[in-house]
Amino acid sequence: MQNRLINWFKFSSPATFYPLAGRLAPIFWVVAVTLIAIGLYMSFFVAPVDYKQGDGYRIIFVHVPASWMSMFIYLIMAGWSAIGLTFNTRLSFMMAQALAPTGALFAFISLWTGSFWGKPMWGTWWVWDARITSELILLFLYLGYMALVAAIDDRRRADRAGAILLLVGVVNIPIIYFSVKWWNTLHQGATIRMNGQTSMDETMLLTMLIMALGFWAYSIAAAMVRVQSIILEREAGSTWAQDLIGERA
Amino acid sequence: MFETLAWIIRRDVTIALRRRTDVFTTLIFFVIVISLFPLGVGPDLDTLRLIAPGVVWVGALLASMLALEQLFLADHRDGTLEQILLAPQPLSLLVIGKVIAHWLITGLPLVIMAPVLGLQYDLSGEALLVMLWSLLLGTPTLSLLGAIAAALTLGLRAGGVLVALLVLPLYIPVLIFGAGAVEATTSGLGGGAHLSLLGAILLLALLGTPLATAAALRVSSE
Amino acid sequence: MSFLDALDMGKYALYVWGSFGVTALCMIIEPLLLRGRLDKARRRIARLNRMESNEQ
Repeated sequence: MQNRLINWFKFSSPATFYPLAGRLAPIFWVVAVTLIAIGLYMSFFVAPVDYKQGDGYRIIFVHVPASWMSMFIYLIMAGWSAIGLTFNTRLSFMMAQALAPTGALFAFISLWTGSFWGKPMWGTWWVWDARITSELILLFLYLGYMALVAAIDDRRRADRAGAILLLVGVVNIPIIYFSVKWWNTLHQGATIRMNGQTSMDETMLLTMLIMALGFWAYSIAAAMVRVQSIILEREAGSTWAQDLIGERA
Repeated sequence: MFETLAWIIRRDVTIALRRRTDVFTTLIFFVIVISLFPLGVGPDLDTLRLIAPGVVWVGALLASMLALEQLFLADHRDGTLEQILLAPQPLSLLVIGKVIAHWLITGLPLVIMAPVLGLQYDLSGEALLVMLWSLLLGTPTLSLLGAIAAALTLGLRAGGVLVALLVLPLYIPVLIFGAGAVEATTSGLGGGAHLSLLGAILLLALLGTPLATAAALRVSSE
Repeated sequence: MSFLDALDMGKYALYVWGSFGVTALCMIIEPLLLRGRLDKARRRIARLNRMESNEQ
């Protein structure tokens, strides 16, 4: 047990994590490209045409995985923040910051594809549905976090302030989601049922899962590359970084 | 413990009353925003009655957000905040005191003014009463949540705009239940459930946010 | 069913390709931007190294 603890903390130092991230990133890029390629093939050639929604339903193969990832990444960022504040590890904050833009990107993709799905289904680009509205708020939370971290020059303060904001956000998300749902049912707005009324075919579910796994690998790969940049940008003056780059040049 | 709380509230209110312009700017902003909507939407009373709860609540949201920047700024500039951080009393208690004082100065005037503004929108007496209650239960939550953002952005160049970006998504539940309470009353459903939920959120905020604000203050003034 | 038939989305073409296209675009541009940022960080450190070795 003692040994394992030490091993874990060894990688919590940016200097030791940097090469590890460099080794992990290519692996996850390959996994991501493979899974997404399989997922794309399945979404166009294997998954059958939906008898109600025609070919338009194929949008859910990017929409649903993107929504899942946008929520999942926010949770992971909050987790890293909690670890960072408890164990005082700088790398945890860097991981949270490395994940944020990718999470925001997925939130954006989710909104974009949701809107392209909505236009042929209900005839409007935007519906104030509980899920779409919550996703929009999630995008705002991502943007707020990134703006706060970027606005603070002192790195230590930026790390911690961002972490507190993420934890406050993660506590609030269930309350926000509940209130938005309440608001939506009260106003009898449109409720999207993406998988309820049309019985979900097993191939459809499998395709969605494969795409989600592909997006997951993509997020890890992107975060690994971004965390490398963050480490180098912060540690530019340190000897280990200078030695590392010096060897390559 | 309550002595400290009372002391810090008295101190902040006294200071604020000496600079009365701060109190009035928030209130005047609120009044102007609410009065602008009929000019944009048109004077049709049926439409106005429909949008009144949302307009008043969004106005209250924006007004209380504008006032947030002042919450810790003066104490931060003259070094009082550092003394507060060193005080033997728990920091979250002092934070609660400061937030209560802040609400008394900037939030309470809005609550009192809102029914008068509701008359501009031809709201019924019952709806006005519910609006008063919803604001009374809702605006303290706004101040409590806003205190976190104010503490996080303390002394930053882009402070004001940043506070808006951080705090507005967190205000959404209060907006929904606050405006919903008034709307449910005008449509005859009764706003009781909404008001209870606003009260529940206020209690949660009262328990949780002072800790987050205290942590944020320590981070910001290291 | 030929390859092209499978890609013909009928009246949904705009919506399906609008979604998949923008998603693909985002997920291609982001890695390229990341690559650029990392290269920039590496070059900056290399430049710092050269400046130091010149001083000595």
